[in-house]
Amino acid sequence: MTATPLLSVQNLTIDYIGAKFDFRAVDDVSFDIASGEVFGLAGESGCGKSTIAYAINRLHKPPALIRQGRILFEGKDVLDLDDKALREFRWHKVAMVFQSAMNSLNPVLRVEAQFHDLLKRHRGYSKAQSRERAAEMLRLVDIPPERMRDYPHQFSGGMRQRIVIAICMTLDPKLVVMDEPTTALDVVVQREILQRIDELRRSRGFSVLFITHDLGLMVQFCDRIGIMLRGNLVEQGTSDQIYHRPQHDYTKQLWASFPSLHGDPFRLERASR
Amino acid sequence: MMVQEPIIALDHVSKSFGRGDKVVRAAHDITFALHPSRTVALVGESGSGKTTCARLVMREHQPDSGRILFRGRDLSDTGAVGLKEYRRAVQMIFQDPFASLNPAHTVDFILRRPLTLGQPHLKGRAVDETIADLLRRVELDPGAVVHKHPHELSGGQRQRINIARTLAMGAQVIVADEPTSMLDVSVRLGVLNLLNEMKRDLGVALLYITHDLATARYIAEDILVMYAGQIVEWGDVHQVLTNPQHAYTRLLLSAVPDPGIRFDDPGARLDPRAVDVIRREARLLQDRVVEIGPNHFTRQAA
Repeated sequence: MTATPLLSVQNLTIDYIGAKFDFRAVDDVSFDIASGEVFGLAGESGCGKSTIAYAINRLHKPPALIRQGRILFEGKDVLDLDDKALREFRWHKVAMVFQSAMNSLNPVLRVEAQFHDLLKRHRGYSKAQSRERAAEMLRLVDIPPERMRDYPHQFSGGMRQRIVIAICMTLDPKLVVMDEPTTALDVVVQREILQRIDELRRSRGFSVLFITHDLGLMVQFCDRIGIMLRGNLVEQGTSDQIYHRPQHDYTKQLWASFPSLHGDPFRLERASR
Repeated sequence: MMVQEPIIALDHVSKSFGRGDKVVRAAHDITFALHPSRTVALVGESGSGKTTCARLVMREHQPDSGRILFRGRDLSDTGAVGLKEYRRAVQMIFQDPFASLNPAHTVDFILRRPLTLGQPHLKGRAVDETIADLLRRVELDPGAVVHKHPHELSGGQRQRINIARTLAMGAQVIVADEPTSMLDVSVRLGVLNLLNEMKRDLGVALLYITHDLATARYIAEDILVMYAGQIVEWGDVHQVLTNPQHAYTRLLLSAVPDPGIRFDDPGARLDPRAVDVIRREARLLQDRVVEIGPNHFTRQAA
C-alpha cells in the first residue's frame, strides 16, 4: 500500500454525550482501506463498529460527538464537507447498506421508483433512463429486471437485500459500507449475496467496509480485518494472520467462543471448564 | 440407543395454512421423538417450517393429520392429557431475551410464580431457597440478581433467567427456539453449555431449533434437516453432517461460514443456478424414506 489509501481513518475518537458522564464509543481508532480492498471490522455489540460506519457517512447525530481525529477520503477530510459537498459525497463516493437493509426500502414505492429517486436527484435522469440503469443494476444482483415493477413486499428478504445492494451500487461508489448486511438471512442466501459482492468488487473495483460479529465469515470474505473491543481497535492484520496467527488475547477468545463445524466438537466444552 | 420411552412423539403429523389455491404446506409428514436426556436439533432456513413444528409440540397448533403422543397418550384425546399438566411439562425458551421477560417484574417475581404454580407443596422459606438454588443452577449470583428487573441484566443473564423459569415449572421438555442467536458471541457458549447440563443432570428432553449447524453439532445427539415443510434428512448428528445424503443438506453444509475456505478459492464457489435447482427439487413432495444406516435416513421423491 504505497499509494494514498481510498479511506484513511486517523485517531478517530467518538463520545456519546450524557447528562452525568460521556461514554467513549470509539477511542483513538486508525485504519486505512485501499482501493479495491475489503476491510472487515469485527467485534461484539457495543464495541463501536457501527458508530465508525455512521461517522464515515457523516450520519452520526447528537449525542454522538467526534472528539478528535480525521476521516480522509481520497485525501479530503469528510468531517469538513459542507451540505453541498456532502450530497456529492453520499451515494457517489460512499454508499451504505444497513443491518436491516431489507426493511429500508420504501414499502409504497415500486422498485423502479426507488432507483429513479436516486438517479433523478444525482444524475438528472428521466424515468426511461432510470429504468435502463435499474435493469442493468438488477441484472448484476441476479434479479430479473422485469421485476422492477413490483413492490418490496413481493420479494423475499434475500432479494430485497440484493435490491438494496443494487441501489447502493447504482452511482458506482468507490466504497460500500456494509453493517451486518446478511445477519438476518439464512446461510445459503448469505453465501449467495456475499459471493456476488465479491465478484462485483473484483470486476468493478470498489472497496468494502464489512462489519459483522461472525469471524469465520469475515475471514472468507475480507482481505484485512480489524478487531474491536470496547471502542479500541486491538488488532489488525490480513485475514490469514487473524485466522492462523491471532496476536491479541481477545481475538483468540473470539475464535474460541463458538463451535465450528469441523474438528473436535467438545474442544470448547473442555476449554470453558 | 433408544432405551428410554420418548416423552413426546410426533407420528406422521401434517399442518397446512390457508385455503383453496393458497395452501401452504407448513409441515408435512413430520415424525420424530424427544427422549429424556437427549437433544434433537431442528435445522433449516427461515420459512422451512421449524417454528410450525415447535408450535405443534407446544400445542399452539392442532395437527391436520397424524398424532402427537405425550408419554404414550394421544394429545387429541383431551381427557387423557390435561392442558395444565402439558404446559407444566413442556416449556419454551424464546429467541429474544429482551422481549420474553416482563419488564415490570423482578427476577424474584418471575421465578416465584411458576415455582408456586408448578410445585405448590413449597411454602415460605423453602420457596426463597429454591429460587436461590435455581439461580445458582444457571450460574447467577442470587444475592446480586434476585431483586433486579430485566432491564438491569445482560442478554445472556436474561436467557439464564428464562432457563431457570422453565426449571421452576418442573419442565421435562424444553423447546428452545434460536436461544443464542440474539446474544453476543462470547456468551453464547455459556448458554449452550447450560442447556447441555439441564439435559444431562436433570433428564430434560431438548428440542433445539436453529439455523446454525455448528451449534447443532455441538449440543445435539440427533438432527432433523428441514426444508419447505419436510424433514429431508435426519438421524445421528455426526452421521448426517459427515455423510450428508440429501442435496439440500449438502447445500446447507457447503454454505456454513468456514474460515478455511475463501470466497475467491475456485472450488468454493456456489453456482447460483445449481442452488436454484436444488431448492426447486427439494420443494417437491418426497414421500420415499431411504435408510442410509442405523439412525440415518433421508427422503426422496417417490
